[in-house]
Amino acid sequence: MMATRRVSGLGAQVTSLPAPKWRVTLVVDPTMCDGHGVCAELLPERVKMDQWGFPIISDEEIPTALADHARRAVASCPRLALHLVEGLQ
Amino acid sequence: MRTPLAEITPPTREAPTFPRLLSGLSSPDNSFGLHDHLEQWGALPLRRARATLLDELDSAGLRGHGGARFPVGTKWRAVSEGRARRAVVVANGAEGEPASLKDAFLLTKFPHLVLDGASLGAAVLNANRIVVYVPDRLTDVIGRAIHARRRADLDPVEIEVVGAPEAFLSGQESAVVRALNNGPALPTFVGIQSIRTRGVGGRPTLVQNVESLAQVAMISRFGGQWFRSVGTDDSPGTMLLTITGRWTEPQVVEAPHGVAFRDLLQLTAQDADRYWGILLGGYGGGWVSMTDILECRLTEEAARQLGSSLGAGVVAVLPRTCCPLAETARVVRYMERQGAGQCGPCVHGLADLAAHMEALAFDPAALRGHLPPIEELCGLIEGRGACRHPDGVTRFVRSALVVFHNEALQHVRRGPCGAVNGPALLPCPAHQGRPR
Ligand SMILES: Cc1cc2nc3c(=O)[nH]c(=O)nc-3n(C[C@H](O)[C@H](O)[C@H](O)COP(=O)(O)O)c2cc1C
Ligand code: SF4
Repeated sequence: MMATRRVSGLGAQVTSLPAPKWRVTLVVDPTMCDGHGVCAELLPERVKMDQWGFPIISDEEIPTALADHARRAVASCPRLALHLVEGLQ
Repeated sequence: MRTPLAEITPPTREAPTFPRLLSGLSSPDNSFGLHDHLEQWGALPLRRARATLLDELDSAGLRGHGGARFPVGTKWRAVSEGRARRAVVVANGAEGEPASLKDAFLLTKFPHLVLDGASLGAAVLNANRIVVYVPDRLTDVIGRAIHARRRADLDPVEIEVVGAPEAFLSGQESAVVRALNNGPALPTFVGIQSIRTRGVGGRPTLVQNVESLAQVAMISRFGGQWFRSVGTDDSPGTMLLTITGRWTEPQVVEAPHGVAFRDLLQLTAQDADRYWGILLGGYGGGWVSMTDILECRLTEEAARQLGSSLGAGVVAVLPRTCCPLAETARVVRYMERQGAGQCGPCVHGLADLAAHMEALAFDPAALRGHLPPIEELCGLIEGRGACRHPDGVTRFVRSALVVFHNEALQHVRRGPCGAVNGPALLPCPAHQGRPR
């Protein structure tokens, strides 16, 4: 992920690329999701429902403490739309 | 190994300064057959390309002309890494954007530049399949060009032509791949996977815009340094533009990056009173005010600073006889209808956005003196579709709220302006249904 910050005084846009880090995150395939909502029930720490009844998934990392809950959410999605992805990001 | 005929014909002709892709327009019949093409540009340097083209593309700094402006050399390297299976090269001429005419123009007038680029891609990436993906109405023209090349034994790999449905999303790259895999031309969720390594038939796939490929054909002959000899450091070379609203008919032109919009559009300071501003990039681009455009040059960096992008090269100059909010509302509704209906936030978000924009443009009394919560809504939509279609729409809408802020307030306070029922500039073809 690319972080852009403005450096005051210089008026310049500096783009820094933090070293990629091994991360586990949750993603939803929006073409599969029909807004069932079981993910928001099982993992409220990372999933909220929007005004139309579709999940908003945080791109924050899933720490070990949440890993079991996350796996349960993934396994419970009736549309199999939820995925845990891990890799250098 | 046999030597293709084109390799025997004399090599390079003189390198053009400007124009480049459209140099041939000065020829009498205005359309380039294979003979004219080889006469003008010389042989297709396939063998040299295998050895040096990747480096030339990097040094050229060529970026894609389908909208995303991704570096071409970087993409070719990524595709060539999927070495386990032979790659597929797709020339993307779908041109779903209704305000853009440049790809169809290029394909009709100079098909061999595009086909050269596709063949070069196949040579460099060691591909054994080339598909030219163009709207149904152009498959015959391209078919004839391919036929002429086959008779001259020009290409190392057979070139196929496949028809694309005329819909906004047909040219989105995962939709292209899905269409070529015998599915509907609708985007898929690619996730962290990439069609560069797993695309058509599960093989590494290069999807490249047809103008990008035509530029590749020129770079293969004249080199990366030549390419950079016009343009700016950050936006080198030239690009094709579709200019609408400035003259009676839309025009396709080739422009050097870095040219002042003032010169490109032949504008003077007085024109600020005749026009509202311009739409830059396309329906996923953004509006720019006349004040800004009169000071702006044609570079991606300048466009980004103004909240837009050069995108697919649309430059639509909006006369004051049109209502900018009505133009925006019609395009948002069109884009909502063109959505594939697959992703909840895109379906509901674009529908709400279109309704808000229509209220603001045509029925502001219903808003009871308040601007609708459009920016908030944009924030809820962005980044949540399988493809970037909804994000393009929010960029377009956000720019309208910035550039036409005063007009929006006027609508809310005093009702729609007189131009609201005036002529429309931006085409929103009603006959286009949901893509198949
Ligand atoms: C909604 C949407 C529609 C698109 N339509 C087209 C198109 O009609 N033609 C095209 O070349 N690229 C289109 N693109 C961009 C393609 O996804 C892809 O980036 C491009 O074809 C790659 O070629 P380039 O790198 O040479 O630009 C579209 C992208 C999006 C998000
Ligand atoms: S974001 Fe919209 S257009 Fe893109 S795949 Fe999803 S529903 Fe289709």
